[in-house]
Amino acid sequence: MERLGGFEIFGQVMWQFLPVWIALIVILFASVHFRDRLGLYGKLFDSPIGMAGLVLVLFWVLTAIFADQIATFDALDQLSGMKNKKPGWPVNGQEGRHYILGGDNLARDVFSRMVYGSREVLVIAPAATLFAFMVGITLGLPAGFYGGRMDTVLSFLANLVLAFPVILLFFLLVTPEIRADGPEFQLWGGHKWIASVPNLMALFLFLFPIIFFIVLWVSRYSTQPRKLTIYLAVTLVIGIWAYLGLVFNADPLGIFYMDPNLLNIFVSVVFVNSPTVFRIVRGVTIDIKTRDYVAAAQTRGERPWYIMLWEVLPNARGPLIVDFCLRIGYTTILLGTLGFFGLGVSPESPNWGQTINEGRKLLSLYPHLALPPALALMSLVLGLNLLADGLREESLKD
Amino acid sequence: MGSFLLKRCGVMFLTALCLTFIVFFLTNLDPNLEKLTKSEGNQRMTDVQVENWLQKNGYRQNLFKRYGEWLGVAPGWTREDPDSGAVTGRCIRSGVTAEEAPQFCGLLQGHWGHSLVFKEPIGGIIIKKLGLTGWLMLWVMIAMVPMALLIGVIAGMREGSKTDRTLSTFSILTTSTPEYVSGVILIVIFASRLGGLRWFKGTSQSAMDNITFENFFLPVVALALYGMGYIARMTRASMAEVMTEQYIRTARLKGLSFSGVVVKHALRNALIAPFTVIMLQIPWLLTGVVIIETLFNYKGFGWTLVAAVGNNDIELMMAASVVAVMVVLITQLISDIGYVFLNPRIRVS
Repeated sequence: MERLGGFEIFGQVMWQFLPVWIALIVILFASVHFRDRLGLYGKLFDSPIGMAGLVLVLFWVLTAIFADQIATFDALDQLSGMKNKKPGWPVNGQEGRHYILGGDNLARDVFSRMVYGSREVLVIAPAATLFAFMVGITLGLPAGFYGGRMDTVLSFLANLVLAFPVILLFFLLVTPEIRADGPEFQLWGGHKWIASVPNLMALFLFLFPIIFFIVLWVSRYSTQPRKLTIYLAVTLVIGIWAYLGLVFNADPLGIFYMDPNLLNIFVSVVFVNSPTVFRIVRGVTIDIKTRDYVAAAQTRGERPWYIMLWEVLPNARGPLIVDFCLRIGYTTILLGTLGFFGLGVSPESPNWGQTINEGRKLLSLYPHLALPPALALMSLVLGLNLLADGLREESLKD
Repeated sequence: MGSFLLKRCGVMFLTALCLTFIVFFLTNLDPNLEKLTKSEGNQRMTDVQVENWLQKNGYRQNLFKRYGEWLGVAPGWTREDPDSGAVTGRCIRSGVTAEEAPQFCGLLQGHWGHSLVFKEPIGGIIIKKLGLTGWLMLWVMIAMVPMALLIGVIAGMREGSKTDRTLSTFSILTTSTPEYVSGVILIVIFASRLGGLRWFKGTSQSAMDNITFENFFLPVVALALYGMGYIARMTRASMAEVMTEQYIRTARLKGLSFSGVVVKHALRNALIAPFTVIMLQIPWLLTGVVIIETLFNYKGFGWTLVAAVGNNDIELMMAASVVAVMVVLITQLISDIGYVFLNPRIRVS
């Protein structure tokens, strides 16, 4: 069997991504068609930069969704005789199948690993960013709105975290030892919980989404007890259920579960990102609270939390959405850095950062190992940054 | 200005105390101490032996007391052996009797401890490694700052023009390329068989003795690129804002040429904001330095940090962390003061 040539490799890669192309075209056509009704998202199609960003981001989101269809092999399959083979190398004994982008040091398919790697990133990065926003918003709104001593204390704490070199924090916080260190508690159903530093941080940080939604509903619907009861009940049931599963690993139904490794990374990333979000929210709040509509709400006799969550926050959405995109990109880079140093990831995981790190050792001999994940990571972050730039431009227009 | 400085320094001092304590706490967790004991004694020690060793060497005191000792504000522990009567203590090193030994020995007294990995006093290692990283930083700054300012100023000069769009997209591209990606790409293009160019070396090991264009170009460029985009974007935003000011229009209307306006009137005001950003970029570069030094095998400060963490070299880890934290805090201080100093519109009372 012949090795694939350059054009054949390119063609094969394009062909494998077929589900992505189809979905991408459908989404883009639909979006352009309904652009007038889609608000800020629809306006994105006026800016070429924003469009380019959107296409790149959508590409990787769709790749993560269709990873099973796109990948030609499993991320962990090791086939004999494929170690460090060049791109387009035919697979032994399997007629017509190739390692499109070559094989890695353990004879696994580079292409499939890159495709599966997108899943790792695109689940953790947005989720961690979302949690960081919950923490940042819940603390930043009152700090900016009330000012005073609380603001001083919270700002000092935020600056404390920001002054800590990120890489150092990760080196100290994401280690297997730290996860096992602390008093042990016996929970129901034979579950055990260790009060280690990451677990305690999870205990603290994962409370914020629940607090955020409770305050959100209470401040809005305190005069409509029936609606309030329903919203609160739903929030509490889902919130506590997820909380038990994620923090204590003791979900009675076993749906919410996070690997201790992953929890460690997740918590660290949220912890690093939330002070920056806090600072942005605080700054925007200080700016917005002098506006007329806030004064009007105060005159109406609205409670402070109502004003913060239902007057200030919606009007701060512009900078927050832009920062959300940028922050996902930054988190992607952070996750890559963690993988690059092999912190908190299992050795088999197709994580891009880790694949780059494995490939870099053989870079001068086999550049095809590190290049695909490197370009993948770069294009995803580039997409997010371009998207943020487009959104900023469009949101400044009105 | 005086009270502002005083307050700022006070906050910095408090931050430094908190951060060093956090570092101390995280590096002195039980599993780390256990590993340390086993590497000092032997790998087959029982739990009781480990506990004894830790007791004997002062690791089982109150955490705050130990932090104070390490910092040099609390007197070092001493312990009299009940059997032999020999006195041991934190400050009693070999060749020094208990009477001669100083009472305090911590960071403030210059006792940084002894590295397990390098088998050398830590103070010397840190200074040597900082020197190596200093060269890297110097060249990164030389490459990054003028380029970033140039791109930012040209892009911001005529906002929305084609040049602006091109340069802005380029800056976004560089901020999207973390060091481990650009490093890999640069090595593939310029130092591997596939790229075929082989102009530069893919490792900077030889740069530790003798920096040449060949062995230092790639790490410097990889680091400079990632930081450059951000500074360029900040400069652009600042420049674009200045260009809309009334005094620029006045200068144009009184007949000054466009380039004259830019150089004489706009530049000075546009460069205030980037100054802060550049200073704040230094702590940011630290992560990059760790990555790049690992990638290019340049054994500077970042590489030492990785080595210390990898080998559980607790004292070296703490010393390196303190240095890193201090670098961050001092650059923040300089950037704050510089901003106030440069910008006459900001009045601090």
